[in-house]
Amino acid sequence: MLEADLVNRTLAAAMRTGADFAEIFAEDKRSSSAVLDDGRVEEVVSGRDRGAGIRVVSGDTTGFAHTADLSAPGLAAAADAAAAAARGGGGGTRTVAVSALQAPPRIEVRIPPEEVPKDRKVALLTAADAAARSAGGAITQVSARYGDGRRRILVADSDGLFTSDDQVRTLFSVSCVATGDTGMQTGRESAGRTAGFELFDLYDVEDMARRAAQRALTKLTAQPAPSGTMPVVVGPGGGGVLFHEACGHGLEADLVAKSASVFAGRVGETVAAPTVTLVDDGTMAGEWGHYGIDDEGRPAARNVLISDGVLTDYMWDRLRARKQGRASSGNGRRQSYQHLPMVRMTNTFIDNGDANPDDIVADTSHGVYVAQLGGGQVNTATGDFVFGMTEAYLIENGRITAPIREGNLIGNGPEVLTRIDALGDDFAMGSPGTCGKDGQGVPVGDGTPTLRVTALTVGGTAA
Amino acid sequence: MAEPSLLDIAERVVGWSGAGVDAEAYVAREHETEVRAYKGEVESLTAATSVGIGVRIVRDGRQGFAYAAALDGDTLRETFDEALDNSRFGSVDEFAGVAEPDGVAPASLDLYRRELADFATDDKVALAVELERATLAADPRVTGVESAEYADSIYEGAVATSRGVAAEARETGCYLAAYSLAADDGETQTGFGFSVGRRPDELSVQKAGTDAADRATRLLGAAQAPTRRLTAVLDPYVTAQLLGIVGATLSGDAVLKGRSLFADRMHDAVGAAALTLVDDATDPDAFTASPIDAEGLATRRVPLIRDGVLQAFLYDTYTARRAGVASTGSAVRGGFKGTPGVGAHALRLAPGARSQAEIVADIDDGLLVQGVTGLHSGVNAVSGDFSVGAEGLRIRDGETAEPIREVTIASTIQRLLMDVTEVGSDLEWLPMSAAGVTLAVADVTMSGS
Repeated sequence: MLEADLVNRTLAAAMRTGADFAEIFAEDKRSSSAVLDDGRVEEVVSGRDRGAGIRVVSGDTTGFAHTADLSAPGLAAAADAAAAAARGGGGGTRTVAVSALQAPPRIEVRIPPEEVPKDRKVALLTAADAAARSAGGAITQVSARYGDGRRRILVADSDGLFTSDDQVRTLFSVSCVATGDTGMQTGRESAGRTAGFELFDLYDVEDMARRAAQRALTKLTAQPAPSGTMPVVVGPGGGGVLFHEACGHGLEADLVAKSASVFAGRVGETVAAPTVTLVDDGTMAGEWGHYGIDDEGRPAARNVLISDGVLTDYMWDRLRARKQGRASSGNGRRQSYQHLPMVRMTNTFIDNGDANPDDIVADTSHGVYVAQLGGGQVNTATGDFVFGMTEAYLIENGRITAPIREGNLIGNGPEVLTRIDALGDDFAMGSPGTCGKDGQGVPVGDGTPTLRVTALTVGGTAA
Repeated sequence: MAEPSLLDIAERVVGWSGAGVDAEAYVAREHETEVRAYKGEVESLTAATSVGIGVRIVRDGRQGFAYAAALDGDTLRETFDEALDNSRFGSVDEFAGVAEPDGVAPASLDLYRRELADFATDDKVALAVELERATLAADPRVTGVESAEYADSIYEGAVATSRGVAAEARETGCYLAAYSLAADDGETQTGFGFSVGRRPDELSVQKAGTDAADRATRLLGAAQAPTRRLTAVLDPYVTAQLLGIVGATLSGDAVLKGRSLFADRMHDAVGAAALTLVDDATDPDAFTASPIDAEGLATRRVPLIRDGVLQAFLYDTYTARRAGVASTGSAVRGGFKGTPGVGAHALRLAPGARSQAEIVADIDDGLLVQGVTGLHSGVNAVSGDFSVGAEGLRIRDGETAEPIREVTIASTIQRLLMDVTEVGSDLEWLPMSAAGVTLAVADVTMSGS
């Protein structure tokens, strides 16, 4: 994307006010997507985003500017603006010399999506639509979405880093509405990987559509969720988003540094039940939150955050790590070249325990079984959260019984960690997600085995 | 030669469409500054201009779309060609098309303030630093400020279609936002505060800082409450969030696709008699005001619910054609990267006569809901089921009492609207597509311990 010579000149311009650190992040992203709704392919969409963000750090101040103009004058103007914003005290010149580009091994993509004809992408949508509708006359609406993106990035900084990555992601989702006595109910399935069109060797879109339809149909017969505090069993892969939101964010070093985390100052302490190990792992090949390098040029890493109940470390980006005199953990990410990087998760999960998942349910006399959590919201400073349940059942006398609908789980992340009293051996990753923080969205994965929380508040509508 | 205007660019691009091809070009340019203060210093300062174009093509009833974040000649051509190619793959839809002039003149709205364009960077930095200080000073229990920022935007947009629509708009906006941390007795709570304006002198550092401190401290010591049915009094901010959901159920798109609770309820009483709801982007006091919609048609005042009776749905060009009605100028889009859809611009309830305090004084057993969470996960806009996390103050015998957190409030959207007992007099525009106002709702389930 950019030659070493142009990179060096731009970094030198960015450092002209005597800054401590300067960085260029260049990005060239092409994406395509197609949406089917109400039986029609609404449209195929193509997108192109290309530009560079220049960051200049001087003391505790960061200056940032971005440009869609990757020519020498365009980059010089952005470097100027970023340097002026950072306004370092010293002044003077500093030579920056990056040498040959050092890129990590490229993530293997067997079938680059840009080489797949558009009609094949559209055919996936119509196949899913037909499969969902064949699940029964109660299925009244189907929507499906295909999306792919190829994101080439280049990172160079005043410490001599000069590296690049080529990230390809492919996503498919299908949503169904079923109509019956309880009104309209929805069901959804999605699959996404850091991979090309070979995603569809792993996932059959017709199967996905049938599962989504079944979810919606099941909810037609569901009863309103109960209200009150009770044991909650979360199925494999179904609840990772809870730990991402209610625990993971509190382990991000930028929030910790501002004491906006319940986990601040608690490294070495027991923060979870002794069987709980929480990991963030950007190296999991193919997973939605996987990459070769982060958006500051650091290799993705496997970071154990909580080990057997003890808090071991936070997640770090370059800026926060630098202040602590340690290395970044490879968690510096940004939505695009138009954004500053910050500490972000990758694939965040609770590791396997050794219990038989069937025994966990059998040991629960009454409560709720959550097969799939929905979206949620969390206050990272307190860990308080609310999550919807998109597929859930009652547990009565140790058995999963009637489906329930439209309830929320409400609780506190750190409390939940200490209240996990059973962990299954059936780990699975959940659905691909987009994590939002400070207005920036990045792709993330999550996962859990079957697990039980001894007490959680269920907010349902049952009288 | 002068730089071409955004409308010149949009008209040039739609001019490439030949016979049998309809085109729409949306072109936007935005200059933004954002300053974050931390511990009395600038933590980050971002200054950038972004531009982009979205091109929509309709040919033989098939629609295609492409966008790019650049406006150079090669990019414009490539984007147009890509959209044209994409149109081969859409389903044939006799109602697909771009907007045509409908004779409604855009309201004369002056939403651009030169004072903002001329506002010096040093003054922006000073506001952010002052905001952090004011937030810390507002209450001794405020222990930190997670973020204190000043941000502004100078936006210009233009839309042209091959059917003769040619419209442009520009506006300025700025805001202050603070997130505070408050601690007492080992417990930490957070709160946000903001102030919004079209030019910097409309911003209040004091209001943003004090609100951030109040929101964080008012919940200190809060506890769960036992499950019960009671009257909920929604703070204006909460009401505005709720209106956003109600607005979505009134979109012509939801109605046509069988996803609206109210599809078959036109001219029925769908709410209490106290409810009158309009969507009006021509109201210059709304922060989301705009003379034109996302397809370049004039926005207009749309009365949705009058005295509880459903009067209208919102339509853009496509949904209006499909429903056999006229567009209500309700096309919205998230930016140049997306196609237009239907949505509310600026929802407003007709205010009542009494203040929040007067309303609370008449309630024996209630909850003043000051914040809700999980609105997106907990509200099913299709079925109407509604269950969200809530925090606020208990109301006992006409007075606000102890703080409550970690409860949920549940009902259905249908019941909620019917159970409204009163709308407050405290209407205020918020930085979202709805105005806030106090709303009292009877017979809501609060779930807790």
